[in-house]
Amino acid sequence: MNTQDKIREQLANDKIVLYMKGTPQFPQCGFSAKAVQLLGACGAKFSSYDVLSDPEIRQGLKEYSNWPTFPQLYVNGELVGGCDIITELFQKGELQQLVAKAMS
Amino acid sequence: MQPEDIKQMIERGLPGARVSVTGDGHHFEAEVVASEFAGKGMIQRHQIVYGTLGGKMGNEIHALSLRTLAPDE
Repeated sequence: MNTQDKIREQLANDKIVLYMKGTPQFPQCGFSAKAVQLLGACGAKFSSYDVLSDPEIRQGLKEYSNWPTFPQLYVNGELVGGCDIITELFQKGELQQLVAKAMS
Repeated sequence: MQPEDIKQMIERGLPGARVSVTGDGHHFEAEVVASEFAGKGMIQRHQIVYGTLGGKMGNEIHALSLRTLAPDE
């Protein structure tokens, strides 16, 4: 399976997926830590993948989504955004709605 | 990489945009006001700005916090 197929499969398997640096327990970057914290505040159940431990996925995602940085949040297979967008959506109350809808 | 370099790259890629950038050489914050953003969602707006920075985003530029606005926002 090539990297793009692997990404598609990961996104198909779970409704809420966070690609991040490190793990939710031990984030390796402040922006990834913030994304985890905001998803937690929304009560989101999500899968996460550590791009630092998987260089192929890290590079493959940049091409898959045309998005150069991490974290990257996907809901129902669609890129929602990075830390800035996640924060903005949370402040507007829209992240909570998005998460609730995906988990219902 | 200095804030001024990033400002110039964004301005070259988005002629007519109003751009302000601050940062410490690794982490930057930018506010970009451009007519190209009108009618577009946040993902597309960020992708437009990333596009002006070529391959530097995620490499030389570790992090760029973006605020993207259309002129009437």
